[in-house]
Amino acid sequence: VLALAADGVIQGGIDSSRGQTHFMGQKSISEQILELGTNGPRLIGSRCRNCGNHVFPASTGCPRCAGFDMERATLGTEGELWAWTVQGFPPKSPPYLGESDPKKFQPYGVGYITLPGQCKVEARLTEADSKRLREGMRMRLTTVPLRRDAEGNDLVTFAFEPVESRQQEVSR
Amino acid sequence: MSDVAIVGIGMHEFGRHEGVSGMEQGAIAVRRALADAGVKWQDIQFAFGGSRASGDPDRMVSMLGLTGLQFINVSNGCATGGSALFSAFNTIKSGAFDIGIAIGFDKHDRGAFTPRIESSQGSDWYGGSGLALTTQFFGMKINHYMQQHGISHRTLARVAAKAFRNGSLNPMAWRRKPLSEDEILQAQMLSYPLTQFMFCNPGEGAVALVLCRADQAHKYTKKPVFLLTSVVRSRRFGSFEVTAPHLALEHNAGPTVDASKAAFELAGVGPKDIDLAQLQDTESGAEIMHMAENGFCEHGEQEKLLAEGATEIGGRFPVNTDGGCLANGEPIGASGLRQVYENVLQLRGDAGARQVPNDPKLAYTHVYGAPGISGVTILSR
Repeated sequence: VLALAADGVIQGGIDSSRGQTHFMGQKSISEQILELGTNGPRLIGSRCRNCGNHVFPASTGCPRCAGFDMERATLGTEGELWAWTVQGFPPKSPPYLGESDPKKFQPYGVGYITLPGQCKVEARLTEADSKRLREGMRMRLTTVPLRRDAEGNDLVTFAFEPVESRQQEVSR
Repeated sequence: MSDVAIVGIGMHEFGRHEGVSGMEQGAIAVRRALADAGVKWQDIQFAFGGSRASGDPDRMVSMLGLTGLQFINVSNGCATGGSALFSAFNTIKSGAFDIGIAIGFDKHDRGAFTPRIESSQGSDWYGGSGLALTTQFFGMKINHYMQQHGISHRTLARVAAKAFRNGSLNPMAWRRKPLSEDEILQAQMLSYPLTQFMFCNPGEGAVALVLCRADQAHKYTKKPVFLLTSVVRSRRFGSFEVTAPHLALEHNAGPTVDASKAAFELAGVGPKDIDLAQLQDTESGAEIMHMAENGFCEHGEQEKLLAEGATEIGGRFPVNTDGGCLANGEPIGASGLRQVYENVLQLRGDAGARQVPNDPKLAYTHVYGAPGISGVTILSR
């Protein structure tokens, strides 16, 4: 009975404003976590109806209050960098879907971004220079391509980019 | 309730052993532990065995002898060895059996661990995106810690240099060539701020420990070492753990702090009473942070302690005297038991060239690993 109730809640949480998995030649790595569309990418998690806690990816249980009344939640798209590193070697493939050839691999940043009122999300960063990354910098959700799929779409995952650098580019 | 003694220790060399399976290494460690205790396999009443990558441990009875003993497999991430020991400890404490064995062995592929996260989302998007590497967590945690508590890159290198120096004194260690701090700092940056030589590698090896009721220990050895407590804790809400796609906004100190506090309380001793410690050093930053998380110093104090050489074998608080994970590698099933093996050697006074001076009496071990688990033991002679 509990499992059915939980399923019902999750079904009920899927709203009509759902985004797309394909957009402008891009394909999301997983429609369950990342939606694409005219309003930009969106991360999909869950919110606990009992205590308000947010989790990512979506879950049927709340790690904070041990409740199991979770609804679908769209996460915020801007926040501050909380902690970071730079991935300096190619991850093993599989599971990695990006470039794993050591000769072609380009390092990428990895960090946690604090999304106010929700949670900290772990993500790739578009900035990979340790001299240009600092805790507290403003970051915004974007996507990065991993590889081209059989239909010619760019398979993309989510990433965060520094807000300042983008403004600088625009002003240039 | 019986007190518990460790009366036999056995190890198969850590490193890379072509043509020898993980389980065969486990059987060799068991035979060495039995010989050390002066007992036969037929005398062993129960076993707890752990391995992540080398098969179900209880299958090893076909190599060791089919005696019908109770053999239970333990699988608990990086705390697998610690969990086997916890189980053996409490089995004797409860009075169920008088003598048994805790076994851990493993043989891993080369390269960073990339745990597969079971996903209800259909695809492995986490690993697919280039996240999910344990090395990323370690880089982020120490990078954050360095900024909060003023730890320098040089101090990271000091930890690794000490590990290889201690490893050079340990015939069972994998990496026995000392490296200078500058060589360590100038090596390839794997996950900022951590270079290649600041990380341990997945490896191979095995450890077995024979445990018995403390009141029977003198039947087996002149130098029993008593296991005062063995504690394992998982994470609470708000802690910062390895391979976490999200973290809570609020903060919690984490499972190491919880396990450490519980262990000190159960053993009736405090951090100042401990003479030496083996602390999880998956990478050099981990050793630094775990010194404070286990209560041995204040956050940030490590910068000064390391510069003074306080954690060297001859220092006032020796840490990772056998070279730790950095010099021994990390066969997951065996790693926590290796720490206990080293502490038994040190408390017996049998650690040879790396013996801690002044007859240490109390020794501490700590493991940490995915998905946010810590195991602590306190041993006394």
